[in-house]
Parts: sequence; structure tokens; C-alpha cells
Amino acid sequence: MSTGVLYDHPGPRARIRNAVLSVAFGLGLVALLWWIYTKFDQAGQWEAALWKPFTQSATWTQFILPGLRQTLLAAATGMVLSLAFGIIFAVGRLSEHWWIRVPAGVVVEFFRAVPLLLMIFFIFYGVPFLIQGPVTAFTAVVAGLTLYNGSVLAEAFRAGIRSIPGGQSEAAYAVGMRKSQVMRLILVPQAARAMLPVIVSQLVVLLKDTALGYIVAFPELLARGVNDLSANYGNVVAAAIVVAVIYILINSLLTALANWLDRRTRQRAFRIPKQTAPDSTPAGGMAVSEPQG
Amino acid sequence: MHVFADPTNLDAYLSGFLWILKLTGASAVIALVLGVLLAAFRVSPVPVLRGFGAAWVNIFRNTPLTLIIFFCYFGLFSTLGLTLSDDLNLNNFWLGVVGLSVYTAAFVCESVRSGINTVPAGQAEAARAIGLTFFQTLRIVVLPQAGRAVVAPLGSVLIALCKNATIVGTIGLIEASSVMKQLINDNGDAVIPIFLVFAGTFAAILVPTGYFFGWLANRLAVKR
Repeated sequence: MSTGVLYDHPGPRARIRNAVLSVAFGLGLVALLWWIYTKFDQAGQWEAALWKPFTQSATWTQFILPGLRQTLLAAATGMVLSLAFGIIFAVGRLSEHWWIRVPAGVVVEFFRAVPLLLMIFFIFYGVPFLIQGPVTAFTAVVAGLTLYNGSVLAEAFRAGIRSIPGGQSEAAYAVGMRKSQVMRLILVPQAARAMLPVIVSQLVVLLKDTALGYIVAFPELLARGVNDLSANYGNVVAAAIVVAVIYILINSLLTALANWLDRRTRQRAFRIPKQTAPDSTPAGGMAVSEPQG
Repeated sequence: MHVFADPTNLDAYLSGFLWILKLTGASAVIALVLGVLLAAFRVSPVPVLRGFGAAWVNIFRNTPLTLIIFFCYFGLFSTLGLTLSDDLNLNNFWLGVVGLSVYTAAFVCESVRSGINTVPAGQAEAARAIGLTFFQTLRIVVLPQAGRAVVAPLGSVLIALCKNATIVGTIGLIEASSVMKQLINDNGDAVIPIFLVFAGTFAAILVPTGYFFGWLANRLAVKR
């Protein structure tokens, strides 16, 4: 249902009422912003000295850009690894052999239920005791991101594979393909296409989750751009706002990409017919993606 | 299991998970109210309200929760002097609740909005035809049906919220993940049992919650 049907086309009275509400709420919003402005002012947060560092190139080359680079590096590595993890475990959970299906299911359910931070702490603080050697913060963050997001993606792929009409694999078997060929050539490509929006939105989640690296002193955008930068200039509020804007821009771009892909796959003649698998429509896919922070 | 035989460690473990549950409970209530309100804003006939809802969702959904909670402590509290309680722990707790709530509300809003989209257009048209206003249409006809459709997505949001509550450890609240970090550092010989106990507790709380919401969603689903 498009939301336009929720209310009538406004008549004269409704137009006046909407205008009054707009003005009233607008004034309230302005008052709120003014209140925030004066609070900032009282705390001296508008002083030029706090914002001036952002006009100097050293701030960007020493703090923000190196941090951004580490964030993107961790995110890119995590994305590749978690996509691989997701496909392997999705296929594993759909295996005909119980000794593959059950362990794959246990692994996926376990890592989906454990908070990412707990996993990163275990890898960063616990694993060094086990292997008698250091684990870098980068490894801990990427491994944690891979295990968690890979498990979520495995569920997305599995829902996608199950939403493909049975005729597809039957036809593939009929032309003489083996099980691995059916999976590799027929099912996984179609599932990836059907679940593309869910997959991309999970990758946005993964990118945001790299900020957890700050907690284990991994020098990513939050650690460098806010923590270290404000340690030098004492401008934590200004730095947090600038870095938040960077995150919002990157994630909005990725989300726009996801929406564009979604529209594009919807328009294509090549689509999975509607009548199949009512349990894994996009609503099921929506439940798969989780807003981990 | 010798680690948890020590009453100090056992107390730390219990209080860690108690903080997680308190954070989840308080934030869930605030985020639900805020999220439904934002969803109503986003479908309302008033452009300013729609813009406000959209801006909220885009800002908070695209910012890492770690940054939001960091800002709640170092920005709101340390720099701007917002104090929510005189007790140090409770102050950190409420700052964490503020961060978790504003973040989760954006996800609740989007779930509810997608739930509104599952209600057939004829329902709202019929409501308008018998003369209901926008708020009556939303309150009496659309939201009750949308509410049933969003049980499963809201369950996922709640589960994610419970896991996200561990991030409040960043601002000095000794919740479960901070306790685990401390126990691991103190007991290098029992790393795996410690991790399995903490991870297992989360799994024991969250896996049944997931199944419960799945069952509830099936039970409440609108049969069409």
C-alpha cells in the first residue's frame, strides 16, 4: 500500500490544518535546534579554534583519511570473507548429508546469537592465550565481522536458494548436471540475484560495525578521526559530527546502490515467479537482515 | 568451571547480564514508542513531519552505534554537561539507553513503515470512505493490521538491540562483554570455558526469543 491512500486529498480546511501543524511543528523544531545551539554555545563548542582543524590539511592527512582507509580496508576484507563464509554455510545447511547440515546449522545459529563485540573480545584478548602469540586488532575485527555477518548472509542465501522454483534444479538434473553443478551454476547465482538488496544492506551493517574496532584500539575512522583527533585539539563534539557525516555519506551511497539494484532486479523480465515458497518472500528476507550496530 | 565457582566472578557474571537485560528493557520501550511515532510522522499528510521522520532515520540508521554511544558520553555528558543521574553507573546506564533508543527507533520506524505497506490499500480507502480522519484511519484500521505483520521484524530488532547493549561497555558500564574481557585477562588458562559460558548465555536468551517471535508472528498473522 502506498502511503498516499491513508488520507484524502486535502480540502480547504485540511490545507489550513496541515499548514497550522507544519508551522507549529516547524517552530517546535526551530526551538529545539535553538536550544541545542545555546547549549553548544554555553559549552563554547562554536569557538573557531575547535572547528578550524578541519580546514587544515594535516587534520585530514594525519587523522581522518588514514582512519577512513583502515575502515574501508577492514570492511572490504570482511565483505569478501563473509560473502564466501555465507555461501559455504548456506550450501552446507542445505546439504543432503546430516553430518554436514547439522554442524553448519549449529555454527550459523551460534554466531548469529552471539554479540559481535563479545566475539571480537574473545579473538583479541582470549585467542592470544590459546595460540601463545599476539592477534592484531585488524585480525580480530575482520574475523569477528566475518563470523557474524557471514552467518547472517548464510541465512539470506539459504532463503534465496529455497525461494527458487523446484523446476530449475529438476531441469538442471534432467540435462545431466551433478549436484555441485546444479548448486554452482543454477541455484547460487539466482539466489544471489534474488537476495541482492538484503545482501547489500547487510554489507552496510558490516561497514558500520567496523567502528567496533575502536574498542580494541584498531586505528579506524572513529578511533583516529574522533578519539585521537579530539585528544589533540579538544574538539570531541566537532570531530564526532564531522566523522558522523562521513559515515552517513558512505552508507547513504551504499543504500542508494542497494535501492537501485532492487529496482533494477524488479524491472528485469528474469524473475523468480511469485507462486513459489510463500515463506521466503521479501518479508522473510527483511527479517533475516539484522541491525547490529 | 573453577572460574565461576569463585563467588566474586559469579556475581560479576550475573550483574553483567542484569545490566544487559536492563539496557534492553528500557531501550526497547523507549525505542518502540519513538519508532511508532516516527513511522506515523513518515506517513502523515504534513510535509514537515515527514521530513523530520526521514531525517531521523537517515541520520541514525547510517551512523555506527559505537559512535552514537561514544557521543552520548563524551559529547552530551563530558562536554555539554548533560547529567542524567548522580550515581556514576546509573548515569552511564541512562546515557547508554539514550544512544540505544535513538538508534533502535530508526529501525523500529522502518519496520513499522514496511508493515503499513503490507496492509491492502482497500482497507485505508474503506476507512476514508466511511469518513475516518487520518489519525482514526491509522489508529483503528491500519496500525492494528500492520502491527501483526511487523511482529517478526520487530523481534529481529529486539534481538539486535540486546546484542547491541554490549556496546554500552565502551562508556564504562560493566556489562557482560566487559566482564568477559576482565575474566579472560585474569584467567588465561580458562579462555574457552569463559567464552562459551558468556556466548552460551546470550544464545540461551536470544535463540528462544527468536523462536517465540516466529511463533507469535505466525499466530498473529492476518489471514488473507
